[in-house]
Amino acid sequence: MKIVLKNLTKKFPNRNKKVGGDVIAVKDFDITIPDGMLVGLLGPSGCGKSTTLNLISGLEKPTEGQVFFGDTDVTKLPAQDRGVGLVFQSYALYPHLTVEQNIRFPLENLRGNAKLTKDEMRERVHKAAKLVQIDELMERRPSELSGGQQQRVAIARALVKVPKVLLLDEPLSNLDARLRLQTREEIRRIQRETNITTVFVTHDQDEAMSICDMIVVMKDGVMMQAGKPQEVYDDPVSLFVAKFLGTPPINVFEGKMKDGKLYVADDAVLASDDFRDERDVYVAVRPEGFIVSDDGPLVCKMGRIEVMGRDISIVSEHDALLNDTGLIRSITGSDVVMDSGKTEVRFKLKPNKVFVFDKETEERIRFGVTDGQ
Amino acid sequence: MDNRFRAKGWLYLLPAILFLGVFMVYPLVDVFVYSFEEGFNFANQSFFGTGSYNYSYVLRDPYFIQALKNTFIIVIITVPLSTLIALLISLGLSSIKPLRELFQTVFFLPYVTNTLAVGLVFMILFKKTEYSDGLINILIEFFGGKGVDFITGPYAAKMFVMCFYTIWVVLPFKILILTSALASVPKVYYSAAEVDGTRPFRVFYKITLPMISPMIFYLVITGFIGAFKAYSDEVALFGTDLNSAGMNTIVGYIYDMLYGNSGGYPSYASAAAIILFAIVLTITVINLMVSSRRR
Ligand SMILES: Nc1ncnc2c1ncn2[C@@H]1O[C@H](COP(=O)(O)OP(=O)(O)O)[C@@H](O)[C@H]1O
Ligand SMILES: [Mg+2]
Repeated sequence: MKIVLKNLTKKFPNRNKKVGGDVIAVKDFDITIPDGMLVGLLGPSGCGKSTTLNLISGLEKPTEGQVFFGDTDVTKLPAQDRGVGLVFQSYALYPHLTVEQNIRFPLENLRGNAKLTKDEMRERVHKAAKLVQIDELMERRPSELSGGQQQRVAIARALVKVPKVLLLDEPLSNLDARLRLQTREEIRRIQRETNITTVFVTHDQDEAMSICDMIVVMKDGVMMQAGKPQEVYDDPVSLFVAKFLGTPPINVFEGKMKDGKLYVADDAVLASDDFRDERDVYVAVRPEGFIVSDDGPLVCKMGRIEVMGRDISIVSEHDALLNDTGLIRSITGSDVVMDSGKTEVRFKLKPNKVFVFDKETEERIRFGVTDGQ
Repeated sequence: MDNRFRAKGWLYLLPAILFLGVFMVYPLVDVFVYSFEEGFNFANQSFFGTGSYNYSYVLRDPYFIQALKNTFIIVIITVPLSTLIALLISLGLSSIKPLRELFQTVFFLPYVTNTLAVGLVFMILFKKTEYSDGLINILIEFFGGKGVDFITGPYAAKMFVMCFYTIWVVLPFKILILTSALASVPKVYYSAAEVDGTRPFRVFYKITLPMISPMIFYLVITGFIGAFKAYSDEVALFGTDLNSAGMNTIVGYIYDMLYGNSGGYPSYASAAAIILFAIVLTITVINLMVSSRRR
């Protein structure tokens, strides 16, 4: 089922009476999610991800705008009639019911024509449980399950009604690191097998990048950018998106465009006709955009070298750097031989890994490279 | 290390143990002993003999039988009814938004009001005097019924007022407990039920009720214990001579045996106290067994 959000806006009344005004949780959200996709809704905490999800599920009603499932306008439809499956961050499994009873719960609500016989229910429950591989645990209570298992039960409960749309709100944030990796693959597999359009909320870009067909980056209730993970990573429209995606994070320098050159402090790192106007900018370089080179233009103070198997990571410093850590992290292949005795390291930059942003608006300034570095 | 640790633990518990020992365990044992000593006299600490005579006297005393019957009726009627009514009111309170705090305050008022003051109000409502039939009787007569004397009239009328009053008095506490129990059920369960299209009654029966059931059991158990120990409410309505009003309770009987007009029989009082203790213990154990089976 295709999901279309049109100019979706949600305002909450401000609880803090002194401040007054409304909290705008989601602002003018416009997007089309194609059928059968796994979409990651991504952004820092409090940016309106859950609210967006609740607007899709129908638990919240938009202040303005519309929600379409396929070509049907479901904006006014209550949650129960939308045919969505929802997995909550805290799973919301009923603690007094067994796994089987939890999964069966949505089926028992069906009435009229949709009503199922006991046997049909058992079969549907069994099928959902098998899909998420918890068919061994049917008699247990939620408190007797690990976090990962509870998560699977919650997914099975959301899937048992065969929803048109599956919504997951931070489904992995309550799991430990190892289980998180495993479970996200599991979600990917389940989505592939069922081919249900799925929206997956997370604040962890790594998670979204690794399993989603499409990511949507949000900030302060506004959609910043949407697209395939790799495309967004390679072509961010704003400094925020560039900084939000990628591990290790992008390295941001204070810089300047002048006379067809891009400067970081006094080092002219790139040249392009597009750098004619004099202007203060941010220069952001992906960790894999640094090439160690003895005559490279970017001169940094050498820190240390970390070997990470296939790659090595060079940690260095530069006065114009704005990273929170104060350290530049660059990743190169392990074939690079570094003389660890040096106090200085010089880099050439790969132009397609360098993004320039306006200092005021933080929007991308695109450039074409002329001197073929 | 382990031993020293344990010794420390006992040391910390010592004040509580001493206190409970002196003021709880010792009197309990003492009462138990008295209950087997025939004709015990406080003044000269003497008694005729030992045996179960006190028990057979008490169990054959018509006043005790009446008190036992009254107590059981009050317990059986007021505990389930007050819990149910409190649950309905709490559900109502938690589903309204405007004026919720006002209603909560109104429902809580009886809790902070003195029992005797509430009793006085009930008297005015129900009692027939030379000057007035009482508000309730005026109402009954207005609608074409026949008034009854609720305070000194037939037994059923008196029992009705008694139960009405008891429920009224215990209601605020139960509402307080249940509204906070309802508020502590995480909202996300209701969201989940909403997405799944669960009907309101099913939400209540399958989600709300199981979630607050520990609190309901707590209220039932403490309600039983409290109702078995009822006495002051009866005095508030019917005065101190409960035996002649036919409205005595077990605790009232014990008090009368000790200090009442016909008092001065600590042995009988002790026997009655032990009987009450046995009843409360049995009911509580049954309650706990039922509630632990349900889990
Ligand atoms: N029911 C509500 N009432 C008032 N403000 C809310 C409510 N729900 C969310 N908000 C506000 O809306 C913003 C977005 O919240 P949310 O969608 O939960 O963010 P996220 O899921 O991305 O962390 C936050 O500023 C939050 O405080
Ligand atoms: Mg959230």
